[in-house]
Amino acid sequence: MISANLSAIFYLVSGILFILALRGLSSPETSRQGNLFGILGMIIAITVTFLTVGNFSTSTIYVFIFLLIGGAIGAFIAFKIPMTAMPELVAGFHSLVGLAAVFVAISAFKNPEAFNLGVPGDIKLASLIEMSIGAAVGAITFSGSIIAFLKLRGIMSGSPITFTGQHIVNLLIGISIFLLIYFLCSSQSESFFWSMIAISFLIGVLLIIPIGGADMPVVISMLNSYSGWAAAGIGFTLENTALIITGALVGSSGAILSYIMCKGMNRSFFSVILGGFGGDSSVSKDKKKDQKPVKSGNAEDAAFLLKNASSVIIVPGYGMAVAQAQHALREMVDTLKKNDIKVSYAVHPVAGRMPGHMNVLLAEANVPYDEVFELDDINNDFANTDVAFVIGANDVTNPVAKTDPQSPIFGMPVLDVEKCKSVLFVKRSLSPGYAGVDNELFYRENTMMLFADAKKMTEDIVKNI
Amino acid sequence: MEIDPFIFRFSIFILAIFVGYYVVWSVTPSLHTPLMSVTNAISSVIIVGAIIAALAGSTENIFEISSIFGFLAIVLAAVNIFGGFLVTQRMLQMYKKKKKNK
Repeated sequence: MISANLSAIFYLVSGILFILALRGLSSPETSRQGNLFGILGMIIAITVTFLTVGNFSTSTIYVFIFLLIGGAIGAFIAFKIPMTAMPELVAGFHSLVGLAAVFVAISAFKNPEAFNLGVPGDIKLASLIEMSIGAAVGAITFSGSIIAFLKLRGIMSGSPITFTGQHIVNLLIGISIFLLIYFLCSSQSESFFWSMIAISFLIGVLLIIPIGGADMPVVISMLNSYSGWAAAGIGFTLENTALIITGALVGSSGAILSYIMCKGMNRSFFSVILGGFGGDSSVSKDKKKDQKPVKSGNAEDAAFLLKNASSVIIVPGYGMAVAQAQHALREMVDTLKKNDIKVSYAVHPVAGRMPGHMNVLLAEANVPYDEVFELDDINNDFANTDVAFVIGANDVTNPVAKTDPQSPIFGMPVLDVEKCKSVLFVKRSLSPGYAGVDNELFYRENTMMLFADAKKMTEDIVKNI
Repeated sequence: MEIDPFIFRFSIFILAIFVGYYVVWSVTPSLHTPLMSVTNAISSVIIVGAIIAALAGSTENIFEISSIFGFLAIVLAAVNIFGGFLVTQRMLQMYKKKKKNK
């Protein structure tokens, strides 16, 4: 048994170690060390909690058993999961944090003495508000992440689900959560507590169903942020510094990522949250009635172009992840490099389904990270490059975003792919991208379309070089 | 006049948001996916609440409702802690620099 003051110091230490864990991610070299700091912080927090409670009864054994069960499941998932499934894994993990927050809030509500919050039926007002917020945000995180998980996994359609009056319904439900918290505080009645949690689960579902597949980077970051705020809410209830610091860190981290993703799409956060963008409901305007000529080619043509280039920029997108083409792509790049061709990669901030999605896949295929460049760092190089090889990306290369103020994607930062001498575009069909906008690039003189599965096409090109 | 301890915790909270703001902006965009998985792992420090809840039950009857929820929360948070840190480690191992000896 250690004193409350001593344990508070240790919780502070673990909070600082968590800050260092995030700090480490400023560069890949320091990142692995940062992760170790995070693990150390967690070990300290858990050990101190055991020592503070200090009651080594039979329950302790059960705690260890459950800890190991959870840990074994977690470790199993971590080793087995393919890198392409990372977005849904992260969504799934968010849901667990949310549900854990709800469960801890329930325990605190049922047994407030254990947390020094008063007695059942007479819980301190501040604690009651804090645990209600923690439980509500946790419940929203849980059900929202489940929907995001189902959409990312493809179990649920990625297209937005909307109905009339949706925003009004959501608003009313949102208000009712606050009312329930108010009634809960004034009456301490258990039924308000349970209904508040139930309604929070419902609103989590309703918030995420209208948001389409390609807006998922924003959704995941937003849920990341929510899981942080839920943890912070519980942290206030438990008066625990480590939890408060961590909640604040995670909350602001998720918020910043949402901001970066929105900026990458030139959309306001609210327009993403209100949803309904993309998929079937969005009318792809001015459908080009006159079929413009498109130059298409096969693997041999592409191989010829690539072989005779002196510099190539690869532009990967979600299609590469779907086709799992990253390894084939790396092989192609290796072959090109053997022919003394300079190759680099250009990654758009919203390429893929989560922040940094493309970078992880390329890293998995052993692409050195110093060959992968962000939008701002590489965009000027397209003009001096012979071939741009666009694999699975679409909207992020569309020049319309720079030229047509009428277009829904106008103002979105795009990669200046069209400035290359020639553009190879690997795509299965001429269908418009997620935003429902026709890509002007398809019809350009210097574009050659390669209609095929990204992986198969890349492999064929390798054979032909 | 005494300051409510809540204000101290609130101050920590606000300062931590600022720390988070500056630290996260310095994260390189190529590591945004590991950032998400590691924030996931650390937010599972909520397990401390779960452990307190689980251990709070009386020795005779450890399966009171509040302990049960505590145990369930321990499992969920533990999945996240182990899963989150290990998958982050796995990802970070993959980020390699260009080999010089070529």
